[in-house]
Amino acid sequence: MNNKVKALIAVVVVAIAGVVVVQQRSGGDVTLTLATVNNGQMKDMESLKGEFEAANPGIKVNFQVMEEGDLRSAVTSDVANKAGQYDIVTIGAYEVPQWGANGWLTDLTPDLADKAYDVGDILPPVKDALSVNGKQYAVPFYGESSILMYNKEILDAKGVKLSNNPTWNEVAAAAKKVNSAKTAGICLRGKPGWGDLFAPLTTVVQTFGGTWYDMNWDAKVNSPEFTQAVTFYKDLLAAAGEKDPVSYSFNECLTALKTGKVAMWYDASVAASMLEADDSPVKGKMGYAHAPVVKTKEAGWLWSWNLAVPANTQNKEAAVKFIKWATSKDYHQLVGKKLGWSLVPPGARTSTYSIPEYKEAAAAYAPITLEVMSAVNPKQPGVNPQPWVGIQYVAIPEFQDVGNQVAQLVADAIAGRTTVKEALDKGQVIAQAAGDAHKK
Amino acid sequence: MRSTKARLITGMTWIIAVTYFFPVAWMFINSFKTENDAASLTPKFIFTPTLEGFSRLGERGMSNYLTNSLMASVVSTALVLALSIPAAYALSIRPIHKVQDALFFFISTRFMPAAASILPLFIIFKNLHVLDNIFALSLVYAAMNLPIAIWMMRSFLSEVPHEVIEASRIDGADFETELWSVVLPIVLPGIAAVALICFIFSWNEYFFSVLLTSANAKTTPPFLASFVDGRGQFLAVLSAASTVAALPVILAGWFAQKQLVRGLAMGAVK
Amino acid sequence: MSAGVKKAKSTGDLAKERNLPRKLIAPALIFSIALTQVPFLATIYFSLTEWNLLKPQDKKFAGIDNYLYVFQTGDLLPAIIATVGLTAFSVITSLLVGLFFAVLLDRKFLGQSVARTLIITPFLIMPAASALIWKFSMFDTNIGVINFVIQKLGFSAIGWSTQYPYISVIILLTWQFAPFMMLILLSGLQSQSREVLEAASVDRAGIWRTFAFITLPHLRQYIEIAILLGTIMLLQAFDPVAIMTKGTGGTKTLAYLLYERAFVGMNVGQAAAYGVVTVVLTIVVATVSLRSLFKVFISGVSK
Repeated sequence: MNNKVKALIAVVVVAIAGVVVVQQRSGGDVTLTLATVNNGQMKDMESLKGEFEAANPGIKVNFQVMEEGDLRSAVTSDVANKAGQYDIVTIGAYEVPQWGANGWLTDLTPDLADKAYDVGDILPPVKDALSVNGKQYAVPFYGESSILMYNKEILDAKGVKLSNNPTWNEVAAAAKKVNSAKTAGICLRGKPGWGDLFAPLTTVVQTFGGTWYDMNWDAKVNSPEFTQAVTFYKDLLAAAGEKDPVSYSFNECLTALKTGKVAMWYDASVAASMLEADDSPVKGKMGYAHAPVVKTKEAGWLWSWNLAVPANTQNKEAAVKFIKWATSKDYHQLVGKKLGWSLVPPGARTSTYSIPEYKEAAAAYAPITLEVMSAVNPKQPGVNPQPWVGIQYVAIPEFQDVGNQVAQLVADAIAGRTTVKEALDKGQVIAQAAGDAHKK
Repeated sequence: MRSTKARLITGMTWIIAVTYFFPVAWMFINSFKTENDAASLTPKFIFTPTLEGFSRLGERGMSNYLTNSLMASVVSTALVLALSIPAAYALSIRPIHKVQDALFFFISTRFMPAAASILPLFIIFKNLHVLDNIFALSLVYAAMNLPIAIWMMRSFLSEVPHEVIEASRIDGADFETELWSVVLPIVLPGIAAVALICFIFSWNEYFFSVLLTSANAKTTPPFLASFVDGRGQFLAVLSAASTVAALPVILAGWFAQKQLVRGLAMGAVK
Repeated sequence: MSAGVKKAKSTGDLAKERNLPRKLIAPALIFSIALTQVPFLATIYFSLTEWNLLKPQDKKFAGIDNYLYVFQTGDLLPAIIATVGLTAFSVITSLLVGLFFAVLLDRKFLGQSVARTLIITPFLIMPAASALIWKFSMFDTNIGVINFVIQKLGFSAIGWSTQYPYISVIILLTWQFAPFMMLILLSGLQSQSREVLEAASVDRAGIWRTFAFITLPHLRQYIEIAILLGTIMLLQAFDPVAIMTKGTGGTKTLAYLLYERAFVGMNVGQAAAYGVVTVVLTIVVATVSLRSLFKVFISGVSK
């Protein structure tokens, strides 16, 4: 027939055949694929992986850095379908218990039992949040709580003093007092998203005595306490908050505080290390306090980024070896010596806070971080008991979805497009539908 | 009088063109800043340039992602051309019955949102053990671009004057001579336009790459997004990465402008 | 090259001749079916199952439950409105801006090709990069250049992607696609016969009349092509919504809603049902629009 038509078909066949030739990994050696997010601590880990590879010949570690949303979709599809593309995954405290219960993650309890690793050194609230029925499914790489940060210069100028354990009333009064046309009183997240707006807002709800669900998985989103808390948050933003709060999350508030556009900020404790960095204009001018409270003793949240090994990986042994290395005391020494002591991953191990060099480098915020992180209670953060473990999130698969949808509604209320009551009444219906799936 | 007006229009055209281009220029400028300069509240036009951002791209191994993007784009574009030229030929120069139906089928395959087809593809690929395989990703891109390619190519081929084809047939040219020596040279600008557009779409594709690839075959767009950091500043390094990622296509587009204009024109004229 | 001159074609040759078009189109057809229709069949199957990736233990046959969910939750209609609205607005604004640029560039002036090069660049930039750059360096309330200019003019900053998400998405899509429209329309303008235009100017027809009665009718086919290609590309636009607005403020298009069900809700069954509904809807719409509105789709074929 026509040779050139055949040639065209041949191109197609060759291209398809190319697919069949599966790329081979270099023989003998193990290459671990680690899926992770782009943040400072993870970048440091990548820069130090050579130390691990040198100490463990035959094991190579390949970092796959992804955007947070991409990481979730890629890793969840992979792990849920048992595709086995990743040997180590970086997942949040929210996913660990759920994935563990689904049998997707390797139970690390036996591997962590050796004395050198000292699993008991991991901060107890963090460890609790990563365990199901006494089995630990992940190791924390770094952790954080939430604290109140304030610019002492601005507050002093107006004669405002804050205690180490302030109440929300105190904070609101202070915010209104220092609020001016140039400087807003306080920065709070308003960007819709379960991990944005609802991280701080849920802690406010809990300290006001509210909760997402009661012990029967009945939603409590339009309860008086929840409503009161959201109204308080909205009113505070309106009276003394940043302009256009709906576009503000961590990074926006960080910039605003650094540049003197706001006086106070309630957010993740890890922010303190950025405010105290050498190139920060507010270095040394900051004061730090516990998360503001109303009815509870503590109101800080609890979050950790963790390393876990999917149950279906081919390289379990090497993967476990690596995650133990990356979360060990030795690794903390390595970071301190090679990269600088203020960069030691915070909020994972108690012993971090007794390293002399770290105490010195992080003097401004290390004590309060440890205090808050050991004090919070993920089993019962609010006034009443709750049927899940976790503070600023509900540890059920539906929560991301529910949290996002309700956050969009509340953001509309903050922006004045709807009322708090309307938003929460709609939110109640959404939350109840998810709660019904968990009723026994 | 007339020339003043002309100069005025020229000036306006230039102001508009430069303003329109500004976001790209700004990306380029930001890529040479430190993170603090890039996050400055007052946009900084004067600063000490640094290559910090670019050196971080090297550390993160950007060249692998670029190589993968190049592979996927070239392979899928070659495949699309190999499939679409004969198909378009059959649809235009030697029309088969139900041309419209065939054409309609191809176009309609383009309407399925990617998010709906991605999990089935993921599961099929997993069972065939071709996840994280750059050739498999290229097949997906080829399928994605094939409808537009066939449609455009058919327009171009319809433009070949009948007399030319008739003349070659009277000379006794068989099909392959007709295709290679008579038809293709005439539609070469059109083919260039199709190739460039398919290349751009494959080069830019984000979503399939996130899910269907991991360590070996990941392409550039998800790599770009990976610089977004919820806990710190990243605009400078993101700008550097975007600049490098966009450069090949920008250069190709700049050099192929004439082909693009001629090619697209060909498809519309009857 | 076995070709050569053949005096008479045998009957076998004629049969071959008749089969040739089929052979030519078969590879493309088979390829398309394998990569688009097979997954679509799988999607139909998934749409009949209850399957949340995060709850593997609950996976089971669900009948039409997912379809009931799709039609009862009330997300479908707003998503259709968002998709149609955003696509229509963006196509129209890109077309108008593109036409404006094409007219500006269709004259000889100093640096004409450089100006054209500057204007087509946004179409060549990776959409993900465009969305990220616009979000973080143009629209941002703190460090965005647009807000800087607005504040310099004495107004207060605008939270573009939160206060006006709909407009922000249209601005971004227009910025990206107007150059593409411009390229098509420019090629149309340049193919205009100079004699006709000169005749018009001899007849002292004004610029606007010439444009309205000669240029625009001439451009008609180009405009149709631009609209059709633009619609096909913009209908699937996903990056700006995913990166800038996350579906807030009326920007939750079908493509994003589906993504949200599949990769935030992790609900494969519901996402698949949305997928099937979307495909059916678009095929209905496409049948009507491609076959009746767009003459250009058919005319080339039937000549």
